[in-house]
Amino acid sequence: MNGKAAAAGMETGGTEGARRRGLVSGFRFEFDPVSDRVPWWVPIAAVLAALAVCAVFIAANGMSPLAVYGKMLTGAFGTRFGLTETLVKTIPLLLCGVGVSIAYRISFWNIGAEGQFLAGAMAATAVTIYLPDLPAAASLPLMTLAGIAAGGVWGLMTAVPRAYFQVNELITSLMLNYVALLLLDYVVFGPWRDPGGLNFPGSPMFTAAQSLPAFGGTRLHFGLVFALAAVLLYAFLFRRTRWGYELRLIGSNPEAARNAGISLNRQMLLVMLASGGLAGLAGMAEVSGVAHRLMYGISPGYGYTAIIVAWIARLHPLGLVLSAFLFGGLIVGGYSVQTIGLPSATSEMLQGAVLFFVIAGAALGRVRIRRIG
Amino acid sequence: MRERVCEVSFPTDKGAAAMDLIIQIVAAAMSAGTPLLFAVLGGILIERSGIIQLGAEGVMLMGAVTAALFCIRTGSLAAALAAALAVGAALGLLHAFLTVSMRVNQIVCGLALTLFGSGLSAFLGRAIAGQPMPGAVPKIDLPFLEPAPVIGDLFAHLDALTWLSFALVIGMHLYLYRTSWGLHLRALGDSPQTADVMGIPVTAFRYGCVIAGTMMIALGGADLLLVFSPAWIEGMTAGRGWIAVALIIFARWNPLRALLAAYFFGALDALGFRIQLIGSNIPSYFLKMIPYVVTILVLMYLGFRNRGKPSGSPESLGVPYIREQRL
Amino acid sequence: MTEPYVVEMRGIRKQFGSLVANDNVDFAVKAGEVHALLGENGAGKSTLMSMLSGVYRPTAGEILIRGRKVNIRSPRDALALGVGMVFQQFRLVQTLTAAENILLGEKTSVWRGASWMRRKMDEISAVAGRFGLGITADRPVWQMSVGEQQRVEIVKVLYRGADIILLDEPTSVLTPGETDQLFETLLKLRAAGKTIILTTHKLREVMAIADRISVMRKGRMLKTLNRLETNERELAQLMVGRAASGIVKPEARAPGKPLLEVEGLTVEAGKGRTAVRGVSFTVREGEIVGIAGVAGNGQSELAEALAGLREWNAGTIRVCGREWKRASVRTAIESGVSHVPENRMRSGLAGSLGIVDNLLLKSYREPERSRFGLLRGRRNREWARSLVERFDIRAAGLDTPVRQLSGGNQQKLLLAREVDRDPMLMIAVHPTQGLDIGATESVHRLLLGLRASGRGVLLISEDLDEVMQLSDRILVMSGGAIVGEMSREDADRERIGLYMAGLRAAPGEAAS
Repeated sequence: MNGKAAAAGMETGGTEGARRRGLVSGFRFEFDPVSDRVPWWVPIAAVLAALAVCAVFIAANGMSPLAVYGKMLTGAFGTRFGLTETLVKTIPLLLCGVGVSIAYRISFWNIGAEGQFLAGAMAATAVTIYLPDLPAAASLPLMTLAGIAAGGVWGLMTAVPRAYFQVNELITSLMLNYVALLLLDYVVFGPWRDPGGLNFPGSPMFTAAQSLPAFGGTRLHFGLVFALAAVLLYAFLFRRTRWGYELRLIGSNPEAARNAGISLNRQMLLVMLASGGLAGLAGMAEVSGVAHRLMYGISPGYGYTAIIVAWIARLHPLGLVLSAFLFGGLIVGGYSVQTIGLPSATSEMLQGAVLFFVIAGAALGRVRIRRIG
Repeated sequence: MRERVCEVSFPTDKGAAAMDLIIQIVAAAMSAGTPLLFAVLGGILIERSGIIQLGAEGVMLMGAVTAALFCIRTGSLAAALAAALAVGAALGLLHAFLTVSMRVNQIVCGLALTLFGSGLSAFLGRAIAGQPMPGAVPKIDLPFLEPAPVIGDLFAHLDALTWLSFALVIGMHLYLYRTSWGLHLRALGDSPQTADVMGIPVTAFRYGCVIAGTMMIALGGADLLLVFSPAWIEGMTAGRGWIAVALIIFARWNPLRALLAAYFFGALDALGFRIQLIGSNIPSYFLKMIPYVVTILVLMYLGFRNRGKPSGSPESLGVPYIREQRL
Repeated sequence: MTEPYVVEMRGIRKQFGSLVANDNVDFAVKAGEVHALLGENGAGKSTLMSMLSGVYRPTAGEILIRGRKVNIRSPRDALALGVGMVFQQFRLVQTLTAAENILLGEKTSVWRGASWMRRKMDEISAVAGRFGLGITADRPVWQMSVGEQQRVEIVKVLYRGADIILLDEPTSVLTPGETDQLFETLLKLRAAGKTIILTTHKLREVMAIADRISVMRKGRMLKTLNRLETNERELAQLMVGRAASGIVKPEARAPGKPLLEVEGLTVEAGKGRTAVRGVSFTVREGEIVGIAGVAGNGQSELAEALAGLREWNAGTIRVCGREWKRASVRTAIESGVSHVPENRMRSGLAGSLGIVDNLLLKSYREPERSRFGLLRGRRNREWARSLVERFDIRAAGLDTPVRQLSGGNQQKLLLAREVDRDPMLMIAVHPTQGLDIGATESVHRLLLGLRASGRGVLLISEDLDEVMQLSDRILVMSGGAIVGEMSREDADRERIGLYMAGLRAAPGEAAS
């Protein structure tokens, strides 16, 4: 898949209008590909449509969709505990979401956020294993740096083949996800395994010096600051900075960017360093702030969900926050319905459906219905 | 992972032992490679018409879980396969509608298909997870081949789906390079404007290719379940769908090369297992990484070797066709 | 009673969103004539033809073929009615052979065996031979010259039985010699009873070949005239809407120091193709050097190398006395080289971004535009506003996506950006492509303005008139090399045409 295809695949039209035969006589469907603006109601409608479709599958399995959705809603947002849990889940989603958004802005299809997340988690854990006696003032910053660096390097491992060998980044980033997962399994079941381990195999518990501080007795941790800072930096980057301008240029027209003297390869590497770094930071925050150890299944697919988060938000900063919060709620809701017998995959199914409807909705939003005659 | 039983008596000399090992590996390669082959062939058909195919992982999972559900509930293999094909057709229709008619971003659409397929298959399959399938795909026995030295071991008792995959390879090759329709498809993939002007129905062709191709991919999932692995496990494709996407590129969109590519990766799959059997010290995790890492390395090698040369991909891949587009 | 008109279009209207491309157009063509549809760029001629050939469908109006009302819904319908179109950008699949392209869409047989192929090749040769169209049917298209590809296109249309043949700007890609060949072919086709409709904006050709001429302007059909009853001046006046205004002509100047010195430049373009062979020339202060030649002879690669976008394999490039070591856009920008690329939307502008962002493209690194890594928002907007005023760029706002601007305004934007940098050297590649006369004049004035203030301009254009009109010196490029050089006084079309065709003739000698 060449760059041209990737660029053209984005919904930027370039035509001055196209006609299609209307399905209903007396009306005509017209596409207005010039407008990039997706109507505000599209994400909302997409979520509702997805809920409706998945309701069918839920009902077919003998359960009441309304009961299920109700439980998810109250589980995620109804209680104080649920709300903090949702926020806890929002943190990695937001960090990864910002990360992939940066990449998508230049049409670099990074779907390796999951692997980059795990790399960061493992690197942070490595600090606790090999430098266990550092005080908090040294340990936490080191873990943070390690997480960002590892995630960044994992991201670079996708960028380099693309930049210098034209290897499709979708495939590379995906493959690396699986490699990271296997690596995680290895360390968690092998060299880093806590011998006095509890039920779940994993590393030894982190000490207080190795854990991100939490807010007021809840599970909500300092990672929230990371996440919010990331969003603000992201917004600032693209609106006001020179680098952001260069990236916007690449995203709009890579040829024109070349004409401006921008090196596409260099930008790809920098972007993936940043994108992977953010996902790696998310991984560090998760092991250090929430789980307090590295364990099997540390990520319920944050990296993949983040892709949907980013796409629904149309890569917009405020949208990212809202979208991440929504999907955090979805994950928490998914846990809460496990008690009534539904698998956690329910929320995965919902997520996929939402993405489908969002992209369909975005296309639909470009359709104008005109009356003939 | 199911082992193929070789009906050869144990040899006593080293040469024959090596031969036996090679036969075993090739047989395992065929066994592991067939699901990949279905997926790659389907993907080639889709991409030849100019549509990017990224939903293979989700489609394979849906094909597998559907086959599993129908096999267990009805006990009929035919029903299982038919159901998998039907699901493939439905997903194909959805994908075609979104990409051809609605002209959405094909990459994101494929991703959505993957995510949705993964989630939905996990949801649907939870009741039957781990349950072995009643009955197996019938083998086609060719007793006259048994005496033949290598061919006999490999082909005398091959299952029907593998034979189907061979037929598909040959069929697609003939179709693409020897028939008018195949020529139209090749032209369409390279230049839909030209095809349109010559009266080739671009939209109909794309719909047809996407639907047929997605059905093949779903069949790959069904094969994975019915022939290769005894039971449904959540996420059982483990990235094979994505490897299939890479294989389309290795095969340069050519069915015969697809066969080689699929079997090569099938061999990698089988190799890891075999190295374990020999009792080496390498942790199994690293062995399992082999197919993924090799995929990247091979793609890098191809990229290096082919720099500046055409990749063989259809020119219009990924670009939606709008007849009235002002050129 | 036979209808005199083989094609009639009545009250045709075509709208794209809010843009009206054809407004109540009536158009009629007699059987067996060569009918020229004349109009400048953007007049709506191609749109009209596209509706006849089934690519577009009219918003309103009706079409009659041989007296019967028809509904042409697709190119297939058009072909069935005997209407075949040769597009400006050929509809050929490059990887297939000519024969395979011609046979595309054939439904007669599914299986293509060797004997079937042989039969078809004979049929193709017969058709091609009848009309004197020489093509090598079993060669892949990408190996063919432009002229030959066009002939394949024509054979393709004839093979499918078309007797109404539409040609959209057919000579835009041909050398003068190839144009003559094409016209011979068209006359042969007419003699065989075919009807020919061709769209063009070149008056000279219209007077050479057409029987009747219909003039369009701004989407409307103005008048249909008989060639014998009109002349170039009248046609020009109709096309433009006023007496053809004084074409801007440069005043005499003496050129100064060399700004650009190119010696022995060789550029390989991949696939083993040498795009630029040993090219040497100089551009001085206060002069416009024009490079004439049909597209595809190395001009694009030459321009890219000079803009820093493409590596070269041999030779030197010296700008203001300093030699460039390797291709780098940054060096080009900093050396004061401005570049107006040939395809403005593809490489010059970022369509989805606004005017400010596009204006910043080359200068965003300068301290005036950004500081400490941050863009100076307010200052940049004021600067953009002043540029928009100075260059008369019509747009809804500073943040309108530039792809919504008209072609003329887009080009003005590009030029504004490049000219404002006060470049020492301007490389303009096909700067007036697709622009109407008014915009073209503005562009020419800008280039002459640069010349007047002592800058240098390298003008690369397929439009021979433009090159001859503006340049102090004209170089002719063919096959990647400079095959001819002359000053404005010595330039004449015939000589240039010969050079373009690769026939070198010293003045006074007969062409070999």
